Amino acid sequence: MDWFFTLSTAVKVVLSIVTLLTIVALASYAERRVSAIIQDRVGPNRVGVPLTLFGAKKDWAFFGLLQPLADGLKFILKEDFVPAHVKKFYFWLAPALTMIPALLTFAVIPFGSTMVVGEHTVPMVIANLNVGPLFILAISSLSVYGIVLAGWSSNSKYPFLGGVRSSSQMISYEISLGLSLVPVLMVFGELNLSKIVDYQNHNGWLLLPAWGEGLSVERWVLMIPMLISFLIFTISVFAETNRMPFDLPECETELVAGYHTEYSSMKFALFFMGEYAAMVVGSGIIVTLYLGGWSLPFGLLQNDEGSIWKSLAHVGCFLTKVVAWIIFFMWVRWTLPRFRYDQLMRLGWVWLFEIALANVFLTAVIIMIFRK
Amino acid sequence: MPEPLFYFFSLLTLIFGVGVVINRNPVASALCLVASFIGLAAIYVSLNAYFLGTIQVLVYAGAVMVLFLFIIMLMDIRAEERRKFNLVAVGGGMVLVIGFLAMFSSVVSGFKGGEQRLSQLPLDTTKSDVVEIGKTLFTDYTFHLQIVGVLLLVATVGVVVLSRREDRPSAPHEAP
Repeated sequence: MDWFFTLSTAVKVVLSIVTLLTIVALASYAERRVSAIIQDRVGPNRVGVPLTLFGAKKDWAFFGLLQPLADGLKFILKEDFVPAHVKKFYFWLAPALTMIPALLTFAVIPFGSTMVVGEHTVPMVIANLNVGPLFILAISSLSVYGIVLAGWSSNSKYPFLGGVRSSSQMISYEISLGLSLVPVLMVFGELNLSKIVDYQNHNGWLLLPAWGEGLSVERWVLMIPMLISFLIFTISVFAETNRMPFDLPECETELVAGYHTEYSSMKFALFFMGEYAAMVVGSGIIVTLYLGGWSLPFGLLQNDEGSIWKSLAHVGCFLTKVVAWIIFFMWVRWTLPRFRYDQLMRLGWVWLFEIALANVFLTAVIIMIFRK
Repeated sequence: MPEPLFYFFSLLTLIFGVGVVINRNPVASALCLVASFIGLAAIYVSLNAYFLGTIQVLVYAGAVMVLFLFIIMLMDIRAEERRKFNLVAVGGGMVLVIGFLAMFSSVVSGFKGGEQRLSQLPLDTTKSDVVEIGKTLFTDYTFHLQIVGVLLLVATVGVVVLSRREDRPSAPHEAP
């Protein structure tokens, strides 16, 4: 293991965590602005640089972009209150367990084309695993422990109900999440996310096969099962990240605040950030598998020579797509009503599960006909 | 693989494995088991068996143990914690462990090939372990795979039959 590999990996790890947390912070701001736009309000638009404190005439507001900083400061300065009836160890463990899996899954998502620095090549992914999608499923399936433990250790009714709900919800939707991925992996014949994105870069995105080998009848016929798989996967991601319309674990109207009712200050903020980080990573996976990852549409801006600037442009492209998806998540949250719990379970077990299973066979038949 | 990592993860697996047995709180035991599984997965990964390691986390830590925890959370944990150690059971367990260790050490010491160090096997990194496992499963062990599939199907049908509610002869809302 040479020093350059270690150094570049360390740089990538630090930069991706910083970027991820920045996006999370900005997302908490954007959520309020998007909801404000949808509900015809203004939203938080004041927190900026308080120049009037230093004798200037006006403050710099920056559209309130510094709101997340103020929020963070508030969370840290607030009293960290631990109720007497909780089980302390698990109560402290739970927030960390919701945050860490979301950060870990980011390790296998490729976020740019390979860079050549001097004589070294630097792939723009932290861990280039041959089992990328499985790794993501495995680690994200661990995030349920945080919520379950939070609900159980709080030792009170509402959090417990939230925890029980979330564990059954996440187990149910994990099935359709995994099954909807199978057709995609059958089309690519590959479990390495970097290779999957590279293939899409040259031969058309999975949902936009408009260049390279993508211009074949097979790929266009395969669009039918791919669209189904895309829809199921997206719906399941909504359920797995506990976002509206599936945010039953913290459903305010029934459960006060669900599993994090008893939490305050920074421990609550960790749950909050964990949810947003999961959303960012979920968007990243959707973009990587279905929408070409870091590649531009129509095979524009190929980077076979490993130019640093083109590579950075690809990183920018990836981030743009992810941010667009996050805004879509918010849009859904503020325009759709919440499901009832039995409806949620029926959708997961009776509809999505069966359709995903049938979709696997449909894809297999199409592939068999075209590649015979 | 770096040797310190192997010892670290083996130790982790074993410590949490012991934790499963000696904890009186079922939730703590379940969590120890999860941590132990993750240590085992790390050992798989360090042997370049990424697929096995991932599946270990995905199936055991991510699905099976979540269900366990789900059931345990619905139990009365205080009653479980109040229970005292049953001396007869502990003694019986110790006898079993000692017997097993004696047998194990006698078998291992009788195996002469284990005394010399294995030469470093060349690792073929061009082959994907997923592809190789898939090929083996669907060529040499197709029949066994089908049998397991049928077994799971039978279990699923059994669960549905057992948990199905009895149809009530007259539903109350149908009354005029």
